[in-house]
Amino acid sequence: MSRIGRPARRSFLIGSAAVAGGVAFGYYRYRQPLPNPLLEGLAEGEAALTPFVRIDAQGVTLITPRADMGQGASSIQAYLLAEGLDLDPLTVRLDPGDPSPAYYNGAVLAEGLPFAATDTGWLAETARAAADVPARLMGMQITGGSSTVPDMFDRLRHAGAVARETLKEAAAQQTGIARDRLGTDDGAVILPDGQRLPYGALAARAATLEPVTDAIPRPASAWRYLGKRVQRTDIVAKSTGTETYGIDLALDGMLYASVRTNPGLGGAVNGYDASAAEAMRGVLKVVPVTGGVGVIADNTWRAFRAVNAIAIDWGAPGYPASSDQIWPALRAAMTAGNRDSRFRDEGDVENALFEGEAIAAEYRVPYLAHAPLEPMNATVRVTDSRADIWTGTQIPRFVQTHAARLTGLDEAAVHVHALPMGGSFGRRLEDDYVLQAVELAMAVKGRPVKMTWTREEDMTHDFPRPAQIARGRGTVREGRVEALDLSVVGQSVSASWLGRVMVAPPGPDTTIVAGAWDQPFAIPHYRVTGYRAPEMVPVSSWRSVGASANGFFHDCFLDELIHAAGADPLEERLRLCADPLSRKVLEAAAEMSGWSGPRISETRARGVAFCLSFGVPMAEVVEISRTEAGIRIDKVYAACEIGRVLDPDNFEAQVAGGILFGLGHAMNCELSYADHAPEQANFDSYPGMRLSQAPQIEVRGLENGDRIRGIGEPGVPPAAPALANAIFALTGQRIRELPLNRHVTFA
Amino acid sequence: MQLTVNGVAHELDVEADMPLLWVLRDELGITGPKYGCGIAQCGACTVHVDGQAVRACQVAAGDVWGEITTIEGLGTPRSLHTVQAAWIAHQVAQCGYCQSGQIMQAAALLAENPDPTDAEIDEALSGNLCRCGTYPRIRAAVKTAAAMLREG
Ligand code: FES
Ligand code: FES
Repeated sequence: MSRIGRPARRSFLIGSAAVAGGVAFGYYRYRQPLPNPLLEGLAEGEAALTPFVRIDAQGVTLITPRADMGQGASSIQAYLLAEGLDLDPLTVRLDPGDPSPAYYNGAVLAEGLPFAATDTGWLAETARAAADVPARLMGMQITGGSSTVPDMFDRLRHAGAVARETLKEAAAQQTGIARDRLGTDDGAVILPDGQRLPYGALAARAATLEPVTDAIPRPASAWRYLGKRVQRTDIVAKSTGTETYGIDLALDGMLYASVRTNPGLGGAVNGYDASAAEAMRGVLKVVPVTGGVGVIADNTWRAFRAVNAIAIDWGAPGYPASSDQIWPALRAAMTAGNRDSRFRDEGDVENALFEGEAIAAEYRVPYLAHAPLEPMNATVRVTDSRADIWTGTQIPRFVQTHAARLTGLDEAAVHVHALPMGGSFGRRLEDDYVLQAVELAMAVKGRPVKMTWTREEDMTHDFPRPAQIARGRGTVREGRVEALDLSVVGQSVSASWLGRVMVAPPGPDTTIVAGAWDQPFAIPHYRVTGYRAPEMVPVSSWRSVGASANGFFHDCFLDELIHAAGADPLEERLRLCADPLSRKVLEAAAEMSGWSGPRISETRARGVAFCLSFGVPMAEVVEISRTEAGIRIDKVYAACEIGRVLDPDNFEAQVAGGILFGLGHAMNCELSYADHAPEQANFDSYPGMRLSQAPQIEVRGLENGDRIRGIGEPGVPPAAPALANAIFALTGQRIRELPLNRHVTFA
Repeated sequence: MQLTVNGVAHELDVEADMPLLWVLRDELGITGPKYGCGIAQCGACTVHVDGQAVRACQVAAGDVWGEITTIEGLGTPRSLHTVQAAWIAHQVAQCGYCQSGQIMQAAALLAENPDPTDAEIDEALSGNLCRCGTYPRIRAAVKTAAAMLREG
């Protein structure tokens, strides 16, 4: 049951395609099986039993097309396949595979639909199912939106099982024993007499067979890996310095490069003088690139030094120069004409605010950089007939398309080799840095060029999380929250990002209000309105996207109302919560933290916050204390509902990592602008969180729901409000802007 | 100039002011030490010079005063150093990009102080940034490694 208002039907637009596009594009084409990219270039004796499993005489290779940026995507994909195939993924090769429409993401678009995750009505479910259509037709191979597990859970276990049954069929034909009398165990088919036929030895015969598609994955009760503590497939390499990230790639004859582009994003280059750079040791070539200049040299440091020695005259971009101008421009955009969405409108908000004593507050959050620890980089070799690109990316198919356009080559001649990423947090949903490397490589055809950004280039040329402003109004009555009206204004992430990688979509942008409009509370008079500000600094998705800001706005303002009502923060959230799964999450957080009210002692207090994002209800309780050095975060308790915990160890790591990401930026980070560029260029002024500030964290995953969810992002949104609410409980100070260290000192 | 890295001597022709980090990475192809900030703010480039943890981005090649050990020289997948074994047991790494530096910093700490307190761990490792938020496991792994080293 959902009390959430139904959006108008015409607003189901995602990407450039209507979700109803199954009809528009032709259902027939949608139903056609996608070609298996592994079949191309298969050698004699090799079998590609599905797009995800390749077998030759040496053994098995598992294809894990969702990109690993630290969230454990490769590992969980390998374990899902392994569970179906019945082998130990630590003993086989893993390969991200070549970009292919066969690896489209059928789950990522559903998050952009104007339906709350708690809405399981016919319209919402139909739209979710239909969101698969444009993703499949456009071959959207994207990693993001905490969608890898929801998208791949059935698909990969089934692919593994198809491969397993096909191998059994090969064994049946080889031995004359019926397939249903054969078993499997850890990479081998087992004959009735116990004899083992390794999968590799069956490859040649299996390659001649039609895949056995009616295979059934093992039931959960028989799982060998899933649901158990397993070793991450990349953990040894990452603990021994032997993982090869994009920045580490070495190729014969490789050159090294770096670029500087206009710190006013999108601004022109009026001219430059590179004479000093050209005379420096190791410099081969100075090359103009889109929006800036690059240097190709024989060593990265020499390229850094030379590129910094170029005097460049930058043109101004088309957005306000400073934060002093950006904030008023944002605030001024909260007008009826800019109204973008009102997905939630219940009761009679205007009347409730008129009749009650309205409480009002304004909140704001700053632009934030992604700043993964590995700076942007890409290695590219271009010849007259092909391009090879080695890089960490969340969007390999877009990279392929854009590089083809830039080089004039066919898409099929552009080969993207995905490498593990030293973090991303959404940054590598863009491919600006890859295309710069392509431009450089085109200037020295035939030679591979590894282009690396300096940290300063990286921090000042991010597409940041947008700054947003929210206005809350509400009333309370007889100890209860009666009305909540939240208006949020911000730039559109969807329009900005999709405008760069594809085409800006029509219709409202759910990210402006995600994490606010879709919360499972039953407040009698309840309204959430989104306003679209004009594009200023180009923006993009930052871990948890819209909910990273709206989790703070919605929950902190709710906390204000609860305080005004004189109710307990946890009990009133529970009373208002209309979703049974979310209630259990709040109850678990209360139990874990031993909740007994916000005040623990004279010097200690706690705050609770709740946010449902990416289908995951998450409650966090933050405990803080007052010390001589400032406020210290002692402990965080987090409970969430994700349907099924597939990898308990990585589940805990992702939630804890999300919490620290949320807390660190809420405490210490902002991008402020002067002369069109961020004033923060490195970790000295944008420190994130350091070890000494990290609290202890306790995490619990509930498995009451029937849908499996991803967990890379949902830990982030409740962290900032839980901390701000704790600070209010300790000090009486209600901080309504981030970062919090503008107002308090942290130990 | 001559540098000894992981027990191997190398003859190099580089500028004296090239940071050790880029000598290791681009001249010698030793990529365990990472570039994260270039200004001593992240610790991803941490290596040992005569057993002492230093930021390779801050040491000029011409100023190196002793033998260099990188993460590759600390231990290998087949022959792990105790700190690496503890890091694997706790599955510390997420993206893993900071972890070479974290491990080198932790190994230097434990060589000097076999039984560090929580405060000493915080102090020694707070210069090593982790953007993925692996800090709780770093603390736990340092303690495990310390216990393993004490037990020999
Ligand atoms: S790269 Fe040396 S401390 Fe960051
Ligand atoms: S594990 Fe990613 S930066 Fe530390």
